[in-house]
Amino acid sequence: MEWTNTIVQGVLTGGLYAMFAAGLSLIFGVMRLVNIAHGDFIVLAAYLALVVTQTLGLDPLVSLLIVVPLMGGLGYALQRGLLNRTLGDDLLPPLLVTFGLSVIIQNGLLEIFTADSRRLQAGAIEVASWQLAPGLSIGVLPLLQFVAAVVVIGALQALFYRTAFGRAFRATSDDPAVARLMGLDNDHVFALAMALSLAVVAIAGVLLAVRTNFDPAIGPARLIFGFEAVIIGGLGNLWGTLAGGIVLGVAQAIGAKLDPGWQLLAGHLAFLAVLAVKPEGLFPRIRG
Amino acid sequence: MPDAPLLDVRALTAFYGDFQALFGVSLAVARGEVVAVIGANGAGKSTLLRSIAGLMPARRDAVVFDAEPIGDLPAHRVVARGIALVPEGRRLFPSLSVEENLLIGGQLRRPGPWTLERVYQLFPALAERRHLPSTALSGGQQQMAAIGRALMSNPRLLLCDEISLGLAPIVIRDIYARLPSITAEGTSLVIVEQDIAQALAAANQVYCLQEGRVAFAGAARDATREAVAAAYFGV
Repeated sequence: MEWTNTIVQGVLTGGLYAMFAAGLSLIFGVMRLVNIAHGDFIVLAAYLALVVTQTLGLDPLVSLLIVVPLMGGLGYALQRGLLNRTLGDDLLPPLLVTFGLSVIIQNGLLEIFTADSRRLQAGAIEVASWQLAPGLSIGVLPLLQFVAAVVVIGALQALFYRTAFGRAFRATSDDPAVARLMGLDNDHVFALAMALSLAVVAIAGVLLAVRTNFDPAIGPARLIFGFEAVIIGGLGNLWGTLAGGIVLGVAQAIGAKLDPGWQLLAGHLAFLAVLAVKPEGLFPRIRG
Repeated sequence: MPDAPLLDVRALTAFYGDFQALFGVSLAVARGEVVAVIGANGAGKSTLLRSIAGLMPARRDAVVFDAEPIGDLPAHRVVARGIALVPEGRRLFPSLSVEENLLIGGQLRRPGPWTLERVYQLFPALAERRHLPSTALSGGQQQMAAIGRALMSNPRLLLCDEISLGLAPIVIRDIYARLPSITAEGTSLVIVEQDIAQALAAANQVYCLQEGRVAFAGAARDATREAVAAAYFGV
């Protein structure tokens, strides 16, 4: 039963990792942009939620109503004003510019909020849990995170494959020049994709911040978890990304169970194992 | 001015970096007319279409459409004015189904005669394969889908770049046989072709490009073999 509990907790954490990964994978899929600052945007969203909850006295989960549109708007402006200028045949310029953004965000947050670790206070929900069996209980908050991840990924999947919006994303990703001939403004489509990515980041950031402590320096590690979940699951497949997050979460939970120091190592080893055995990921996109 | 041409290209120049591809090309397309542009490889035919469609920068007044200068508009705004390009090599979106390719062509919702149903009537082979990935189509069907996708924007001017490229003669004849249904809706056509006989048979006017300049222009029925050959090869 102890092991069942470990695995269940790992699965629930995996949902959060999948949400880190979904935004990353969306941006790469639509415009071949690797956003090195992705993890720092997660942390930025957490701090935004902190400011919103403290100044307006809102519950962290209610603060999503403000933080999500704010981050989405930031994503749109950032893409239109800066990142679109870095896109081209070369993958390097956007990589360097987002790396720069990562440094700026980390140091900006350090300057404003200091290096003290913070946490969003969500009240009773933080410790609420259901006991399913002796030795196996599910926290309401981790479960909420997991359900949120499934809903977000399901919504993204539906958006991509069932709406005109998603059609525009896929067409632009396939062939930006011909997409322009269809009347699609590439700059606008890319900016919408970044807005969507940062909206997902906002949800992930707030859910992260009610569960664990955060400080300005934790972004890069979230980026790595996101990358690993994307690669494990297979590039370009959102449900695969969820599976990738779960594999990573479970591996970390098992590692931590064996020895508290092995948590991160076990996650990285699982990632390496998948990369060695199935480099295209567990569920690669099937293309006709 | 009802008699003004629908499209008036005036001394258009185009560059790829330092390389000049077009040297002052002028061309006019009247309403409902079919204009063929022929010429050898590298004569600038595709560059001409890409410049008109807004994929390449041009001087503002070098392209005048319906009495308005549009030379400096980007491609996504040119198509909104009513000019659609069927690109060379078809270039359907591989991750979209046949029907999704058509729908994305119509995403601007320009009003006009062309709808999914009308495109399927014109090309019944597409209707049967509407839910297949576009990559599952034969070359001829892909060309039909590319033409249908362009029609979905209800263009007043349709630019077709090498629609016979890589297709069997019987398929080419089949596709050319549908062009009158398109012009019957009042749409003007510019056809860029390597297949001169096919182009001359379909067109009212013909322009022959040679090394980025217009070497011959005239009515298609007056274009003798000799005149075209001279303009084509520069002999």
